[in-house]
Amino acid sequence: MEGRFPDRVLPYLLLLPSIAIIVVFLIVPAVEALRLSLFEVAPFSGRARFVGLDNFRELLTSEVYRASLGVSLVFALGIVTLGLTASLAIAVLASQPLPGAGLCRTALLWPYALSPAVAGTIWALMFDPATGPATVAIRAVTGLSPNWMMDGGYALGVVVVAGAWKMLGFNIVFFLAGLQAVPRELKEAAQVDGAGTGRVFWRITFPILSPVTFFLLVMNSLYAFFEVFGLIDVMTQGGPGGATDILVYRLYEDAFIAARWGIASAQSILLFVMVGVLTLVQFRFAGRLVFYG
Amino acid sequence: MARARAPRLASQALLALAALVVVFPVLYAAQISTLTFQEVFVFPPPLLPGRAFLDNLREAWEKVGLGRLLLNSAGIAAAVATGKIVLSLMAAFAFTYFRDFPGKRVCFVLILVTHMLPLPVRIVPTFQLMHDFGWVDSYQALTVPFFASATGTLLFRQFFLTVPPALSEAARVDGAGPIRFLLRILLPLSANNLAALFLVEFLYMWNEYLWPLIITTSDEMRVVQIGIKMLVATDAQAEWNVIMAGVVVAMLPPLLVLLALQRSFVRSIALGTEK
Repeated sequence: MEGRFPDRVLPYLLLLPSIAIIVVFLIVPAVEALRLSLFEVAPFSGRARFVGLDNFRELLTSEVYRASLGVSLVFALGIVTLGLTASLAIAVLASQPLPGAGLCRTALLWPYALSPAVAGTIWALMFDPATGPATVAIRAVTGLSPNWMMDGGYALGVVVVAGAWKMLGFNIVFFLAGLQAVPRELKEAAQVDGAGTGRVFWRITFPILSPVTFFLLVMNSLYAFFEVFGLIDVMTQGGPGGATDILVYRLYEDAFIAARWGIASAQSILLFVMVGVLTLVQFRFAGRLVFYG
Repeated sequence: MARARAPRLASQALLALAALVVVFPVLYAAQISTLTFQEVFVFPPPLLPGRAFLDNLREAWEKVGLGRLLLNSAGIAAAVATGKIVLSLMAAFAFTYFRDFPGKRVCFVLILVTHMLPLPVRIVPTFQLMHDFGWVDSYQALTVPFFASATGTLLFRQFFLTVPPALSEAARVDGAGPIRFLLRILLPLSANNLAALFLVEFLYMWNEYLWPLIITTSDEMRVVQIGIKMLVATDAQAEWNVIMAGVVVAMLPPLLVLLALQRSFVRSIALGTEK
């Protein structure tokens, strides 16, 4: 009890603003979403018809929704794989005491400051079917000139590149912090014992980094599911032909274009289940971070 | 040492190349923003900046009312970052510097739960709530619902736990109250964390897209992210030079905030992951 103040009322007063905001704007709406998911709702009219689990049944049997789920999973997998691989490789390079490494580290942080909408716009420019440098490069290498405004699979690839690029800065900062925690003596001892650079990396650095990698895996997945709306809206609006119609975009369309609040709320609940799983995974990992760190 | 120099040079070149590839899209966008509409289609594109930036900016500015959008974004992002800092400081202080009180655990769990409730999982009812409050198309709607911060509360709590208890004990013995202790001693010690949190939350709010899109209806309330979309969507033939002038202006404030607070941000992360 050393160093603690004896006030009984003050802690409640200090917590009140946070708790009030959370209850009013987060908990109550979340519970309301659960309720609405069981109804067919006419927006703003106050009229709602109880339909039980029909909304969920409709979603899970709907080809459009299942396709959207598939797109989301491929998108998330792409973001995580591309983003983590690239940022780990770059972080390993940037962590070396090289001249100019500091400058590079600052430059690499840039994309983190950009919004998904700005990142999307910049990559739409890069992949402009006529003049974009990325298009020009692809044409030079493959001889093809794909157009992501027509070709669905290619469009998904393009939004993955844009989305992963935006997270690079964030990932690199965490990998760099993690790399600093790898004991120098351990690596040197291994090198003295004749282990090559690759072996030192996979046997020593990578395992010690694993909590950071795992944390970033969860963060990038959450990002891919929930924070790329602006990027999709600016670049493809879910097209062409639903090829980039990730779950959050589908939700937006059902809630605010089609005004189907019941079915949209059911989608919210399904998304909540996904966040729940990812968050629980993250909390379990938090314990391991303490162990390593 | 000649053996070690070659791979060193190679890694240096690789790193420079990687940094260039990562930064290239931003530089290219900036370059395009200085060209005239005709110059955009010249191949290969000119390497040096053109002279049309101000013209492009003026056009973008007039097309979507960029001035108002920038002000809105800056005000909202600063307000939310400040609000989150104040509220999470208070909450973290309540959790760490008082004798255990009934309901402490429940409050802690409630704050953690915010991590599990991103906007999409409650979007329809939150929108409806704004409607019921009469907050649609208002600054309240763009700020107040964001004021609570699990990240901030955890960050400050974690930091407070590393502050020697002797400090608050001494303050208590000297007759200083808890608020005085928080403002005079704890707050200056938290400078790095304050800066890091401000950076993260300012960027988060400056970059927020979905909520402003659905909750604002008038041109006066729009934010700069939506302005970008409006620029992109105006014509069939994208006027990249004009769009990129808007993009450059939209990414400048967060870049400046990032550069100003980067040190604290990196240090704060290092504190979190190191021993």
